[in-house]
Amino acid sequence: MFGVVRRIKPESGTISFDGVIVGGGGAGMRAALQLAQSGYKTAVISKVFPTRSHTVSAQGGITCAIASDDPEDDWRWHMYDTVKGSDYIGDQEAIEYMCSVGPEAIFELEHMGLPFSRTEEGRIYQRPFGGQSKNYGEGGQAARTCAAADRTGHALLHTLYQNNIKNETVFFNEWFAVDLVKNATGPSLVLWRSASRQVKRFTLNLRRPFSRRAVRGVFMLPPLTRISIPATGWAWRSARVFPAQDMEMWQFHPTGIYGAGTLVTEGCRGEGGYLVNKDGERFMERYAPNAKDLAGRDVVARSMVLEILEGRGCGPNGDHVKLKLDHLGEDVLESRLPGICELSRTFAHVDPVKEPIPVVPTCHYMMGGIPTNVDGQALTIDAAGNDAVIPGLYACGEVACVSVHGANRLGGNSLLDLVVFGRASGLFIEKALSDGIELRDAGQTDLDAASARLNALNEREKGEQVAPMRQELQAIMQNHFGVFRTGEFMREGIAKLATLRGRVEDVVLADRSSAFNTSRIECLELQNLFETAEATAIVAEARDESRGAHAREDFTERDDENWLKHSLYHSETKQVSKRSVNFTPRTVETFQPKARTY
Amino acid sequence: MLKVSLYRYNPESDDAPHMEDFSVDTGGKDLMVLDVLELIKADYDGSVTYRRSCREGVCGSDGLNINGKNGLACITPLSETVKGGKLVIRPLPGLPVIRDLVVDMSLFYAQYEKVQPYLQNPSPAPAIERLQSPEERAQLDGLYECILCACCSTSCPSFWWNPDRFIGPAGLLQAYRFLADSRDTATEGRLAKLDDPFSVFRCHGIQNCVNVCPKGLNPTKAIGHIRTMLLNRAT
Repeated sequence: MFGVVRRIKPESGTISFDGVIVGGGGAGMRAALQLAQSGYKTAVISKVFPTRSHTVSAQGGITCAIASDDPEDDWRWHMYDTVKGSDYIGDQEAIEYMCSVGPEAIFELEHMGLPFSRTEEGRIYQRPFGGQSKNYGEGGQAARTCAAADRTGHALLHTLYQNNIKNETVFFNEWFAVDLVKNATGPSLVLWRSASRQVKRFTLNLRRPFSRRAVRGVFMLPPLTRISIPATGWAWRSARVFPAQDMEMWQFHPTGIYGAGTLVTEGCRGEGGYLVNKDGERFMERYAPNAKDLAGRDVVARSMVLEILEGRGCGPNGDHVKLKLDHLGEDVLESRLPGICELSRTFAHVDPVKEPIPVVPTCHYMMGGIPTNVDGQALTIDAAGNDAVIPGLYACGEVACVSVHGANRLGGNSLLDLVVFGRASGLFIEKALSDGIELRDAGQTDLDAASARLNALNEREKGEQVAPMRQELQAIMQNHFGVFRTGEFMREGIAKLATLRGRVEDVVLADRSSAFNTSRIECLELQNLFETAEATAIVAEARDESRGAHAREDFTERDDENWLKHSLYHSETKQVSKRSVNFTPRTVETFQPKARTY
Repeated sequence: MLKVSLYRYNPESDDAPHMEDFSVDTGGKDLMVLDVLELIKADYDGSVTYRRSCREGVCGSDGLNINGKNGLACITPLSETVKGGKLVIRPLPGLPVIRDLVVDMSLFYAQYEKVQPYLQNPSPAPAIERLQSPEERAQLDGLYECILCACCSTSCPSFWWNPDRFIGPAGLLQAYRFLADSRDTATEGRLAKLDDPFSVFRCHGIQNCVNVCPKGLNPTKAIGHIRTMLLNRAT
């Protein structure tokens, strides 16, 4: 008999912290570290043990002008690339902040111990990634992505966890956030149920404001051929009274392993790999004559789908293309891309040293999220239509939309986003704490409102099971809101979602145990996911133009006159409105919108 | 149909753990073991409980004892593990079971924290990165990739006997990761903390850890390096 059986006693009670961070991914842990190392009592709530958060899967690297590969490199060039990559709806003030502060944030990570790969000079190794240029697009391809082999996310996440241990951050691991508690002055408390340990009320009583980062999706339902839906956390549900920004903007990563959905890094193409169709043709030369395989991700993903639709896909069903790496040689592959070799052998049964990897575009990253300013303060819109700070609520990482990615994120910019804005949020909260802020405690009514959903789930006797509805939701999003979108078809999808909503609300919990109940979490996550999906659907239908990752077959052109704007989704009314994009960086000239070609 | 035998235990309703058998339709596909668990949870019994996250072998959530050998469910294909048409899945051995396939990893994490798994270097940091040659950086290969899945430590008889005092292969691999880092200056302090009869020297070179590591790492070799450093320090 293996294992010793032991009963785990539940913890309960109310604990006070200076800062409470929801989510133990890279952004959450960077924010936590900032607070903890300044001596503030800091808690991180994570639904998984922190090093199992999805940042761990990031492979290729973190893009930043640290001037290692090219001593002349300039953060302004990185800024230009990012603005262009965003198809001009990234906020230029935020992009300026990220690109200019980036080097400091990267060097801090290195000082913490992150095991970056190295150049002969002993500096951090940088590789080329998509959408990168020198000299504002005039100087050819840049190599700006700092890498730890092809395990950069793993190295980064472990380094951040290790330094949080060092600074005595308090972790609540395998606790699941059910809702934000909101009162008249804004959110001031978070209510937790440890769905994974014991269903017993456990509140964190905050004396001061807190930040949070909703859990970024693990890919739901692994055995996919095309698109999987990231299970973005509880943010939309719990923040329903606040608007969400650019929810139609989802990135499809060009190279997911066909049949498995597992991603292989853009770094493969950065190191010299390229895509081929069934004729062995390097087709990206036709779509992006200059950048070729290193064009923006939206451009490459669309080109791949067009090749497949036009009958030049590979395999018996002609439903994928191939990523060729074998010409790089075993030494480069094993030293620069060891993790990719491993993944390819495991999931594609293909040894990239010998033959190309079958790949298809795969749903990957949410550019949209909670609108924030560069300090991580969450924003809403007041009655007069102006931005208004939500007191005590901060967001950073993938859940936030600050917005540095606009309509399309560049590879390597997500890790930079989470490190820079995790840090910025932490710095701002530190200052707020030292200045002294008072927030009103929530009352029993506020707490009851926040726990209503969980109570209803626990008490409901009849309803549908979670797994089939999750598949149904996935199919709707996959079929109606994929790489190419049309109005009529999206409206059909929205109608299907409308009929699914009530059923998802009434999901029945098959397992009522209070011991490590993952079924309960699956039900709550399905409901969270539904909110995300519906927001995406409604805004995608409303944005009648093509921009970045949002490609409409019925509106194929970018419409700057009407849509050089963020979209805002108001979930309580299901209305869509627009918000201005920031075109006023502080230290450089505005990058004016122009045609986006690679 | 695949015969699957799962270790079940619910502390609320079971006095003792038991094995439960399922007959699973895999559609003749060479699924990963995690896919089989997902099928069982979705189609057969929603109360089956296990951890999962990245499903690509980098997060370390789903370390399990699969047909008698520790491994990650998400990257273990049936063709590799199923012999004689049967799949037996148990929790990682030697740690307290919370429910079904979920174990309490507190002791494992405590041993990890004991080695101070973070870079220590009190000298003022330069304005850019600390320089490190490719050769110095290569010393960290095979060490930093650990995903803390606990497959190694829970396959180690010495760890089963002394999980509170023997740091175990995973913790020691990380201890050496920082001893081997050219940027870390705390070597003496790190070694002093390890210099007792239990922390390192309970390793008897059985090499179960090497045999099961899903990332192909070699903790025994790292432990050997630490031993050498400790012995050199004594002389």
